[in-house]
Amino acid sequence: MKGNWEVLGGAGLQFFGKMSASISHEIKNALAVINESAGLLEDLSLRAEKGIPVDPERLKKQSGSIVKQVRRVDDIIQNMNKFAHSIDDPVKTIDLVQTVTLVVGLSSRFAAMRGVVLAYQPPPKPMMIQTNPFFLENLLWLCLDFAMSTAGTAKTVNLLIDSAERGARVRFTPLDRIPDTTGREFPEEPMKALLAALQGNLNIDEGNHELSLSIGAAPVER
Amino acid sequence: MTTFRVLLVDDEEELVSTLAERLSLRGIEAEWVTNAEEALRMVREENYDLAILDVKLPRISGLKLKTKMEEIDPGMKFIFLTGHGSEDDFKTGAAEAGAAYYLVKPVNIDALIRKMKEVIESEGGVP
Repeated sequence: MKGNWEVLGGAGLQFFGKMSASISHEIKNALAVINESAGLLEDLSLRAEKGIPVDPERLKKQSGSIVKQVRRVDDIIQNMNKFAHSIDDPVKTIDLVQTVTLVVGLSSRFAAMRGVVLAYQPPPKPMMIQTNPFFLENLLWLCLDFAMSTAGTAKTVNLLIDSAERGARVRFTPLDRIPDTTGREFPEEPMKALLAALQGNLNIDEGNHELSLSIGAAPVER
Repeated sequence: MTTFRVLLVDDEEELVSTLAERLSLRGIEAEWVTNAEEALRMVREENYDLAILDVKLPRISGLKLKTKMEEIDPGMKFIFLTGHGSEDDFKTGAAEAGAAYYLVKPVNIDALIRKMKEVIESEGGVP
């Protein structure tokens, strides 16, 4: 199947830019915490030099905070690296579980800004599929974005992965405000192009308040 | 030293609590919250000279929160903290929304205190 490369390219660039901007914000925030923690340690040291007693627990707390933020930045950069390398191969055998984990990680800031909780328990076993990794990440993000916008009062989006007839399936639930999206084209153009390229299928089950993405295993031809 | 009362609002709890402690060590009365709802409650219940707001807060932008806080306390002054890559990135939209004072994270505490004094001493809050 031929891809609509103009739409795929535009959507992909937009997706890459959005995620890169979010990553840079996250790193900035972590650096800001490290900056204040290091600054407070310096403040306390200066006070100690003047003979003002410093509680050792305060020092432990601040150094612990720095270590925690360094780990946070390391996780962010690992995700950034995986994300950047997902463009390397147009078709690759990947673990869908890891890909969903990555997209959830990349989306966590967007979810937090919307007050939405992403509930995702990765299945214990890998689920290997052959696909275009970057297009799949883009499509998963668009589905997640839609699910978050229709999350409703519960403000929790659950992500579930299971096997489908051909390939695998990712389900997003609950969609409590589907009527709010009436009149909105769905799936939107970039989603349609990504679904065609990935030989995927998208289905809204209003009864179960669920968005379901089925992903085929066939490669995309240029 | 000029004394004033400041409310810090940022969803990064470790950032906002540590910054408040550092300001307190410098004689500035600083309180902090991590969301807009708490910030509005605090402004209703207490008097602050100044609020330092993160540009991006959960469910609301810092600029919108500023408008809501001004409705409660029209005399309040504001400084924004942004995680944008550079000040230039932030300038365009923020200036239109009346966010005249802002600093890019991570902030230098001395620069922040200088900016706080500048804002407090300005008559209309906008230079």
